[in-house]
Amino acid sequence: MSDVSKLREKLKEWEKEVVEPILKKLPERKAKFLTEEGIEVRRLYTPAELAERNWNYLERLGFPGSYPFTRGPYPTMYRGRPWTIRQYAGYGSAEDTNTRYRYLLSIGQTGLSMAFDLPTQLGLDPDHKLAWYEVGKVGVSMPSVVEMDIVFKDIPMGKISTSMTINATAIEVLSMYIAVAESRGVDKSTLTGTIQNDILKEYIARNNYIYPPEPSMRYATDLIIYAAKNMPRWNSISISGYHFEEAGATPAMEIAFTLADAIEYVKWVLERGKIPVDKFAPRLSFFFAARTNLFEQIAKFRAARRMWAKIMKERFGAKNPRSMMLRFHTQTAGVLLTAQQPLVNLIRTTIQALAAVLGGTQSLHVNSYDEALSLPTEESVKLSIRVQQVLLYESGVADTVDPLAGSYYIEWLTDEIEERAWKIIDEVDRLGGMIRAIELGYPQREIARSAYEWQVKVEKGEVPVIGVNLFAEEEVPSIKVLKVDPEVRQRVIERLRKFRAQRDQTKLESRLNALRRAAENEEDNIFDPILEAVKAKATLGEISGVLREAWGEWRAPEVF
Amino acid sequence: MIQSQVEASKKIQSKKLRAIVAKLGLDGHDRGAKVVARALRDAGIEVIYLGVHQAPEDVVEAALEEDADVVGVSILSGSHIELVSDLLKLMKEKNLSIPVVVGGIIPPDDVEELKKMGVYEVLGPGTPLRRIVEIYKKAAEECGRK
Repeated sequence: MSDVSKLREKLKEWEKEVVEPILKKLPERKAKFLTEEGIEVRRLYTPAELAERNWNYLERLGFPGSYPFTRGPYPTMYRGRPWTIRQYAGYGSAEDTNTRYRYLLSIGQTGLSMAFDLPTQLGLDPDHKLAWYEVGKVGVSMPSVVEMDIVFKDIPMGKISTSMTINATAIEVLSMYIAVAESRGVDKSTLTGTIQNDILKEYIARNNYIYPPEPSMRYATDLIIYAAKNMPRWNSISISGYHFEEAGATPAMEIAFTLADAIEYVKWVLERGKIPVDKFAPRLSFFFAARTNLFEQIAKFRAARRMWAKIMKERFGAKNPRSMMLRFHTQTAGVLLTAQQPLVNLIRTTIQALAAVLGGTQSLHVNSYDEALSLPTEESVKLSIRVQQVLLYESGVADTVDPLAGSYYIEWLTDEIEERAWKIIDEVDRLGGMIRAIELGYPQREIARSAYEWQVKVEKGEVPVIGVNLFAEEEVPSIKVLKVDPEVRQRVIERLRKFRAQRDQTKLESRLNALRRAAENEEDNIFDPILEAVKAKATLGEISGVLREAWGEWRAPEVF
Repeated sequence: MIQSQVEASKKIQSKKLRAIVAKLGLDGHDRGAKVVARALRDAGIEVIYLGVHQAPEDVVEAALEEDADVVGVSILSGSHIELVSDLLKLMKEKNLSIPVVVGGIIPPDDVEELKKMGVYEVLGPGTPLRRIVEIYKKAAEECGRK
């Protein structure tokens, strides 16, 4: 008799002789225990569950740093290099943001992550009539290269790695970063960092798009191609599932839609760039959310790594292992923050951060406890960094690679999530790829449905939320909130007007004309003309304006 | 005379409550607005969902055109004071006196300020859908629309 059949026999005995009598005396808390994905969790996991799935160590896990990368992209993981402590930050003027960055670095942050205000994300200068309300609110205002210079005052651009959450205007902003670095003698080929540049998820969830999908894809693709040739240490895209999760996606949807987006980008770069997959794929990076449901989140990250490795190897014939390794940034889930009893959020984010670390993240942002009420203050951000530092230095979880591997439950759950995610990718394939799926509203609808179902479950009490539907208290949260100084708007606008007045008009116009021609000629890569325009002191709004004229603007069909 | 009054009131009663739901400003976070739109619809309210990137002018124009009974706007970017103030100003200019409900990430102090400005109610994160539906209905009733 094999070990597994012997085990199954013993299990049956245990169920009958031990569990059944106990259940009569003490029934379980619920008839069914479900994960957030809706997977039914069994009472106990043993090698029998893995045998059910023909689980095999070498095939499903292998070794960290080797195919299929389930255990992590690097052989020694955090023993060699800890994850980057990278808090997403930026607000008000360039001066405010510079102050915040230097503060973050002074208390132990190890990389920067730039937040831009909505006008910057949507290609509008701060003096545009639609922009006025939003200047400096959710990030720093970045209409020109001057602002970038101020943000990085006394910060060594050649040493620090910088991540930028910017998509529809990614090339404009990256060009400003390059221009400032070059003015300080730092060559673009040595810059390290990441640019989000993931326009597809804007149409699905985040809504900060400008142009229609096709020219937007060309724009994103051109950045990837340019970086592959000129910026070998720069991650040219951060393909994001975070926003799907925030909009309501389940864990399997989150990774499936992200990988389906990634497939679309790879196809476009191969087609447009005529460069081999191994030349650009090592610089594709990812971004996921970490929720409080600990084990399912860990399983999600591990499943995503294994799936990407398989996609790159089997679909795209990648040969370089670096093309197959999924590296990702994590942010704790903003939607799980509560405005009620806000300090409880610290406990939530600690568990979420633990999930990210046990899932093998490369960098991490921990939300601050006050963010369901406003932008975080210095004090609350410091606690977010401290959460990361306690995990890294005190908890011991970073001392061995993928410590939960081999847990019957974790491995079973990793397989379950993977299986469900493949089904969603198959559906996207069946619809004709992600762009078509977006046009048909498939991911949007799935996510909106899931968000509504979640809300209904919260209201019925099926999903407990401490402070909201469980242990709620009558209270008015009294916490210190950060307010953006309304004067910022005027300061930014005045500086922009002065900047515009001091330009070589002829040079500027000729560069903008060159950009227009490039935009209209589909064969051209759009990156260099934008970089040249930025160097000739074109503003973000002017560059985006040229592209709007050439490509038009996108108005999304509203699905709810 | 009496007959026609009865007819008129019947007509008012049978008219479905109409609500505008919009993302005011440039903020793209539309999960909350969509969930609210769906909950209102499921509760029998006619929802005109305007979607993202709506200027105050767009919302007022839609409210007039659609003969709305109540306006719901969602803002998570921190620009709620300025945006809602302009929205209310514009509504006044156009003689549009229907209640405005605000949702999103609103710091506690600003809740009071918005109400002082004339906002009917501010509904932050964690508000049950049941309550949201009640508020919309009550808002429309109190303003004599239905």
